[in-house]
Amino acid sequence: MMLIECPWCGPRNETEYGYGGEAHVAYPADPNALTDNEWAKFLFYRKNPKGLFAERWVHSAGCRRWFNAVRDTVTYEFKAVYKPGEPQPIATTNAPAQGGTK
Amino acid sequence: MADILPEHPEFLWHNPDPKPSYDAVIVGGGGHGLATAYYLAKNHGMTNIAVLERGWLAGGNMARNTTIIRSNYLWDESAGMYEKSLKLWEQLPEELEYDFLFSQRGVMNLAHTLGDVRESMRRVGANQLNGVDAEWITPEQVKELCPIINIGDDIRYPVMGATYQPRAGIAKHDHVAWAFARKCDEMGVDIIQNCEVTGFIKDGNRVTGVKTNRGTINAGKVALCGAGHSSVLAEQAGFDLPIQSHPLQALVSELHEPVHPTVVMSNHVHVYVSQAHKGELVMGAGIDTYNGYGQRGAFHVIEEQMAAAVELFPIFGRAHVLRTWGGIVDTTMDASPIVSKTPIDQLYVNCGWGTGGFKGTPGAGFTFAHTIANDEPHELNAGFSIERFETGHLIDEHGAAAVAH
Repeated sequence: MMLIECPWCGPRNETEYGYGGEAHVAYPADPNALTDNEWAKFLFYRKNPKGLFAERWVHSAGCRRWFNAVRDTVTYEFKAVYKPGEPQPIATTNAPAQGGTK
Repeated sequence: MADILPEHPEFLWHNPDPKPSYDAVIVGGGGHGLATAYYLAKNHGMTNIAVLERGWLAGGNMARNTTIIRSNYLWDESAGMYEKSLKLWEQLPEELEYDFLFSQRGVMNLAHTLGDVRESMRRVGANQLNGVDAEWITPEQVKELCPIINIGDDIRYPVMGATYQPRAGIAKHDHVAWAFARKCDEMGVDIIQNCEVTGFIKDGNRVTGVKTNRGTINAGKVALCGAGHSSVLAEQAGFDLPIQSHPLQALVSELHEPVHPTVVMSNHVHVYVSQAHKGELVMGAGIDTYNGYGQRGAFHVIEEQMAAAVELFPIFGRAHVLRTWGGIVDTTMDASPIVSKTPIDQLYVNCGWGTGGFKGTPGAGFTFAHTIANDEPHELNAGFSIERFETGHLIDEHGAAAVAH
């Protein structure tokens, strides 16, 4: 079980949290302009790095707020947690997408 | 008494050094990679091929699964693929001349809610239309088939019935891998362990070889069977896969006299249980929710799985956990595999089997070998292309997958 630091509540057990997958996946700026391939990428394709990964967590059994984290997917060690809207503090293999997922 | 395990010869395959070049190279020496090599050699006459394994043979998910084999999936594409696989399982012990203890002891998938009951009955109907043996059984029939199960109505989620596939069962997974490896070796396939692929060589949009920690190997065709590491391989090769890798845990008890004659799976309270030939109770959990490559998961997942097991099988309350472990499963959004060509010429991918790859071993090998040899899919894996995520022809098997993810 991991000890996860909620940016609002502090360290709590993993069982208090829900997982939200890759962070910084923006809704397409102009959905009508997307090709089928671009829709597929937005809906079904997420980064899956072996190493540092920026991802979303939600403190379901606490403050119920979402936040982002950078975690190592091999050691499971959390390198940073940060609130939505804050810049990603550590570079990862899934760098924030520029202007949506296009 | 528990069954006696088969003796196996001391050496089943050679350990050759890699040659500079092969007609085809298969990346990943697990069950799927070995089965692919076997059918490439046997069905398509391609024997100048190599299987590259970065660790030891069949030491990944092939050594970590809960060995369940069944074909009771919902959709036509899945029924075609998994039923083909089951039919191959039925002939493989004789064909491979190796008794790997394939035991068709039946699998039941329990229903605990009205929603479960309706979904299960629908799936039984779909299975029957597709020629898959399946029936709906009552709680009393569940008890008859597996006397240690608690069908009382005083538990949180009483057993309301089950789907039952009599031809389903289990096999000894490590022996399956060794059986394939021996036949591959006999047909001239090079099985190369401790050989990690670190990159791909391309000529324009065509793959022409792989870089490994044991040197460069040229190849006319390259086939990926990397399971949990498929995304890592695809990134090296320069294309995307809609895969998320997750830890999936399982455990065994110490050895017991035979008490559990079949295989019981429960989606809702979530555990799946069989008893291995040697006598261990083998149980599997749902995936850990987060992405991970660490081959281990969290204790609370084991705890929830044990709670479900003890509620369903009260006598397990006296059993002890012998060991737990984790593997890395490659999940897709629709809980169905990808057995497909890729955007790169002569590069093929077999992945996304997620929590259910073991049962698919022969079927994956059979259809993937066809895809590699002919540069086009077999009719049984045509629907399992990467393009389905773009066309929208998804094959949603979250219900039949029976493992939460």
